[in-house]
Amino acid sequence: MVRVIGFLVGLGFVFVLGFSLITGAINYVSNPPAETVEHEFHRHAHAPEGGFASDGPFGRFDRQQLQRGFQVFKEVCAACHSLQYVAFRNLTDLGFTEPEVDAIADQWQIQVPTVDPETGEETTRNAVAADRFPHVYPNETAGRAANNNAYPPDLSLITKAREGGAAYTYSLLTGYQDPPEDLPEANRPGTGLYYNPYFANLNLAMPPPLTADGQVTYADGTEATIDQMAEDVTAFLIWTAEPKLEARKSTGWAVLIFLVFATVLAWLAYQNVWRDQKH
Amino acid sequence: MSFPWAEQYKPTNPFMRWMDDRLPLPRLVYNAVGKGYPVPRNLNYFWNFGVLAGLFLVIQIVTGIVLAMHYAANSSIAFASVEHIMRDVNSGWLMRYVHANGASFFFIVVYIHIFRGLYYGSYKPPREMVWLLGLVIFLLMMATAFMGYVLPWGQMSYWGAQVITGLFEAIPLVGTTIKEWLLGGFAPDNAALNRFFSLHYLLPFVIAGVIILHIWALHLPGSSNPTGVDVKGPQDTVPFHPYYTAKDGFGVGVILILFAIMVFFLPNYLGHADNYIEANPLSTPAHIVPEWYFWPFYAILRAFTVDFILPAKLWGVVAMFGSILLLFFLPWLDKSPVRSGKYRPQFKIWFWVLVVDVLILGWCGGAPAEEPYVMISQLASMYYFAHFLIILPIISRTERPRPMPNSITEAVLGTDESAAQPAAAS
Repeated sequence: MVRVIGFLVGLGFVFVLGFSLITGAINYVSNPPAETVEHEFHRHAHAPEGGFASDGPFGRFDRQQLQRGFQVFKEVCAACHSLQYVAFRNLTDLGFTEPEVDAIADQWQIQVPTVDPETGEETTRNAVAADRFPHVYPNETAGRAANNNAYPPDLSLITKAREGGAAYTYSLLTGYQDPPEDLPEANRPGTGLYYNPYFANLNLAMPPPLTADGQVTYADGTEATIDQMAEDVTAFLIWTAEPKLEARKSTGWAVLIFLVFATVLAWLAYQNVWRDQKH
Repeated sequence: MSFPWAEQYKPTNPFMRWMDDRLPLPRLVYNAVGKGYPVPRNLNYFWNFGVLAGLFLVIQIVTGIVLAMHYAANSSIAFASVEHIMRDVNSGWLMRYVHANGASFFFIVVYIHIFRGLYYGSYKPPREMVWLLGLVIFLLMMATAFMGYVLPWGQMSYWGAQVITGLFEAIPLVGTTIKEWLLGGFAPDNAALNRFFSLHYLLPFVIAGVIILHIWALHLPGSSNPTGVDVKGPQDTVPFHPYYTAKDGFGVGVILILFAIMVFFLPNYLGHADNYIEANPLSTPAHIVPEWYFWPFYAILRAFTVDFILPAKLWGVVAMFGSILLLFFLPWLDKSPVRSGKYRPQFKIWFWVLVVDVLILGWCGGAPAEEPYVMISQLASMYYFAHFLIILPIISRTERPRPMPNSITEAVLGTDESAAQPAAAS
């Protein structure tokens, strides 16, 4: 009885699926899906030559680079983008000393909302090391109003929050260009939009942030080419997204060494226990 | 429980004797996973996976309890609290990555465990109840994993919850009401997040309870084995401890090495980038996909594209749940008396077709809902249902099995001396 009912149910599903398949196939043949313009012109993200210092199982951060990247963030990105999950105190990970971090927080271009202890009125104060990076705009509406209705996303997690990760961030920053000749009119950037083949729909509202070599002046004397700045700020954003990356990888090696050792012992124990049992 | 030649628990230590008279817990352990449980001597590595599944349940519960100490189940701060765990909680990143990847590994080992059962006919008499309880565990795992994935309150959490609870809308007449009742609102929000958290904490303990029943039901007939031949005597078995504790120990080491590689070097490989964006009800991701372990079922859900008497969506939902529910009837669909696929030449071929078919379904389920993936998933879904409901019942009747060994010992040694001896003696 189970098998008869099962057989009928099975036939039912197979029939309906076959019906769906034939309908889909006819539709596919009579009306083949056209390749979309976005798909045709979209380019895949690529990492800078040589990759990032933090790549791979032995990857470590290059602290000089992180400091340079922080400088790019501070002087370029921070005008519009927040970094809400990172605190100033975390900057000690980049190799800054505590007095340096205190100074960075104190001089940060945006103040932190607080309450006047005398009157109870809302006011602002200078940031301290314990604060997270303050929001650029008081709310999303204000952010949209200031940016042609495109809200600049928070950058704390950006290298983990996009397909392609850090390579995508780097590619996007260096990918601004004039639209190709054969790009259809409908896909050309409108007012306030900029062509970038690494962006999913090819046109994005963020103006090219890195426009000229020497846009920032690096304290360590590194030449600030657009490519260098993009790579540095991306490295910084890898750190903001995954500040425990180095601890994770070094813990990983310790755990693996222990586990391999333990597994070899377990194997030997297994062989020893079973030595008189054919199986 | 178990075979007459099982070792008896005889405590020598006076305290253990005292204990045994008052609370025979050591005796229970001895009989369940100690010397007192005789196990076929010919189990291969695929019999490790039950223990490995138990291991990952324990890992999930331990890391989950720690995470719950730091997580805030409130839609306005849930996402930030996860980042707090990742950045400010000591070893919080480790707890979270172990928990997230632990879910994936739990499913990997359980899928291998299930396919082991399918190949070696572990669902057949007298172990039907073991199989049925295992399926209950599988369903509970899916519910737990789904609700757990909602908790970080990222974009894929939110939209995944939206899509999955939206499936209930396919139920005629009462669907929308049921969906709103389940969610506690019109869309996923704080009410849904809170109840998901509550249930996500509860269900693993329910799973642990059903696992006890699963093992209890298993230990009545004892473990099956790769030949599918019943245990005939003491020469066919070895005590669980130390033989299989040693073998499982090695298996645990191997899986933990693989697990550590994922956790420490590729922690986000199995995740989705969109889930690092906080949930936003006003912005739908380009394509919504569940976690990889749901992909085969998601492909079946999306394979129904045509309204045929019933709406396509209802067909998809019925088929998706049906694809798991039909497994409950498997012991009665496949009536072949031969358990092990090793001795079933036709079954063996169809089994491997099924394995490939489920992998294809998984691949389609993770792909965007466009051609040719939809057509491929339709073909693959057809085979999935045909395999269990049409092919298996037929071949279980028509197939001529290969000759089987007379006993486990014969399969291992080539001859069974002890089986021959009684005949000579009598």
